Amino acid sequence: MIKGNFIDNLPKVYGIYTGGFIGFIILMAIGEQMGMSAKAIGICFVGFTIFIYALIGWLSRTAQASNYYVAGRTVPTVFNGMATAADWMSGASFVAMAGGIYFKGYGYMALLVGWTGGYVLVATLLAPYLRKFGCYTVPDFVGTRYGGNTARLMAVIVLTVASFTYVTAQINATGTIAAVALDIPFQYAVYVGLVSILLCSMLGGMRGVTWTQVAQYIVLIIAYLLPVFWISNNIGAGFFPHFMLADEVARIGELEQQFGFVKNSAADLATVPKGLAGITKAHSEVNATPWAFISLALAMMMGTASLPHVMMRFFTTPSVKAARKSVGWSVFFIFLLYSSAPMLATLSKLALIDPNLPTGIIGKSIAEVQAIDWYQNWNQANLMFVSDFNGNGTVELNEFFMGGKAVVLATPEIAGLPYVISGLVAAGGLAAAMSTADGLILAIANAISHDVYYKMVDPKAETAKRLVVARVLLVIIGFAGATIAAMEIQGILGSVIWAFDFAMSGLFWPLVLGVWWKRANKEGAIAGMVLGLVSGFAYLVWVRSGGSGFLGITQLTFGIFGSTVSLVAMVVVSLMTSEPSAATQKMVDDSRVPAGTQVISQK
Amino acid sequence: MAKNAQHWEKTRGLLFVTLAIWAVFSMGIFLFGAEMNEVTGPFGYPLTYWFTCQGSLAIFVILIFWFAGRQEKIDEEFGFSEKGDD
Repeated sequence: MIKGNFIDNLPKVYGIYTGGFIGFIILMAIGEQMGMSAKAIGICFVGFTIFIYALIGWLSRTAQASNYYVAGRTVPTVFNGMATAADWMSGASFVAMAGGIYFKGYGYMALLVGWTGGYVLVATLLAPYLRKFGCYTVPDFVGTRYGGNTARLMAVIVLTVASFTYVTAQINATGTIAAVALDIPFQYAVYVGLVSILLCSMLGGMRGVTWTQVAQYIVLIIAYLLPVFWISNNIGAGFFPHFMLADEVARIGELEQQFGFVKNSAADLATVPKGLAGITKAHSEVNATPWAFISLALAMMMGTASLPHVMMRFFTTPSVKAARKSVGWSVFFIFLLYSSAPMLATLSKLALIDPNLPTGIIGKSIAEVQAIDWYQNWNQANLMFVSDFNGNGTVELNEFFMGGKAVVLATPEIAGLPYVISGLVAAGGLAAAMSTADGLILAIANAISHDVYYKMVDPKAETAKRLVVARVLLVIIGFAGATIAAMEIQGILGSVIWAFDFAMSGLFWPLVLGVWWKRANKEGAIAGMVLGLVSGFAYLVWVRSGGSGFLGITQLTFGIFGSTVSLVAMVVVSLMTSEPSAATQKMVDDSRVPAGTQVISQK
Repeated sequence: MAKNAQHWEKTRGLLFVTLAIWAVFSMGIFLFGAEMNEVTGPFGYPLTYWFTCQGSLAIFVILIFWFAGRQEKIDEEFGFSEKGDD
């Protein structure tokens, strides 16, 4: 059926794959009609997709360093865009983003702007130049550009701090979904998730991760868009929600006016289960100060450009030119999901609060709502709650509480979609969490195996030995992440946003100035990384332990402080010490010209 | 080397233009978020709301492709572009 080179056949391979997946969804829908249980459908969705990913991971096995580290630099632009989008969009983007918009409105949407706008910085400031450098990892660039093991090691440390903060949340999300779909305890489900993650990456390294991420993107985007379109049609909001929900947005505004935002007393709120929230902010009004919005967007944008697991995706393209274009495709594929999240939040909110819709619960009697099937299911899962605070017997806007995840997970059921959609959404969330976890674990393991082991400890190591070390590290880091995830200290470690702030505190300026400022030297870069990371971390600790902060910089945007310290330290120390050697300056010149051989020759 | 310097100058020029557009749509317009939201934007959404959920995001996509095209032209002009297609 497939002849010739794999790369030339990619559209065909993934075309067949997409068709097969849609066929599988239809098969499940037929199964549901014929009386297949909800649990069986859930198991089929999760089991089938994990099996496919593992198969791709096995087919991509390799014994070559360039395949393992950068997928042989053969990934075409569009496919690298899909892989980056999957790498990028985590379990949080998939499951929590619509919920964040639902509850917090405009203030939260700074994240949408930040998590796409950052790619402009990636495309213009970094990706093409790092690609020309020919590095395997981000610390590889830092180590080569600035020279010396100290700079390289510092970059590995920043990378590990940022990526590890991020990865525990992803393994946790994988475990949560596996626990629900397979009906096993969370402590075991975390390890089921981990094994699935490792199956994708262990044999093929970056090559395996690339081709599974493309497959995961296809699953997750279908799983996100299909329900949005279906729900919109089901509640009569328009067949193309993105262009047609203006009336619904306006209607929510009217309803908010009509119901009013009643503030609950602390005593009442204490009875609400942990993690659930009510609607307290307007849906489409501007409810954040300009600086609160802009500082969050800025922190996320600079963080995006500093996160190594994203940057290393652009090392896999065949050329510098392709690296640039591939960034455009990445944002395009991310845009497809991000622009749908606000639509889902709108549909979900309207379905729940509009008394004119059959699904609306505001204004109904408490007993009536408590008798609804989906309410009972999600109440049991600790994601929904109503309480009659004012004792009038009906549900008011301030008496209905929901978990952030429920917007994505429960809305299909609320809007009356068949269970097969819920199974699909579970598979999509799993794909999103797995693909990000894979990218992160690989980024950490590759940095330690390539930069610490091969470049510092044993530069004469054979390729076979290097790849064994890389794989052992992959397993160790995976297990460390899973162990911490199983401890469920999510509230502290799971903050995805912190990962961005750590990365930008330590890496943004050393990377950018490495390309754009020839005068930047080793001493400056080390000072920038150390002081940036330390000051960012100190600021976070200070604010979390009750410090007031300054300039409106919060625990979500502490990277703005860290990176400013990093910039100042780097410039001052660079200027105080001697300029980089002629060889280093030549290297920077070479990296600025797309033509010619790459700067580092890799074995 | 003069050729390299000229090439870099043009590249930097493009960078500044791209970053200026980026700064406007990622941060600049949100300075006036409250005022702008009174205006009705595309498809009938409040304007600031529309920018946060579609407008700015779509502009970034277009901006990156535009930048990539311009940069390729600059590279070709100086004979610095890579051989072969992607």
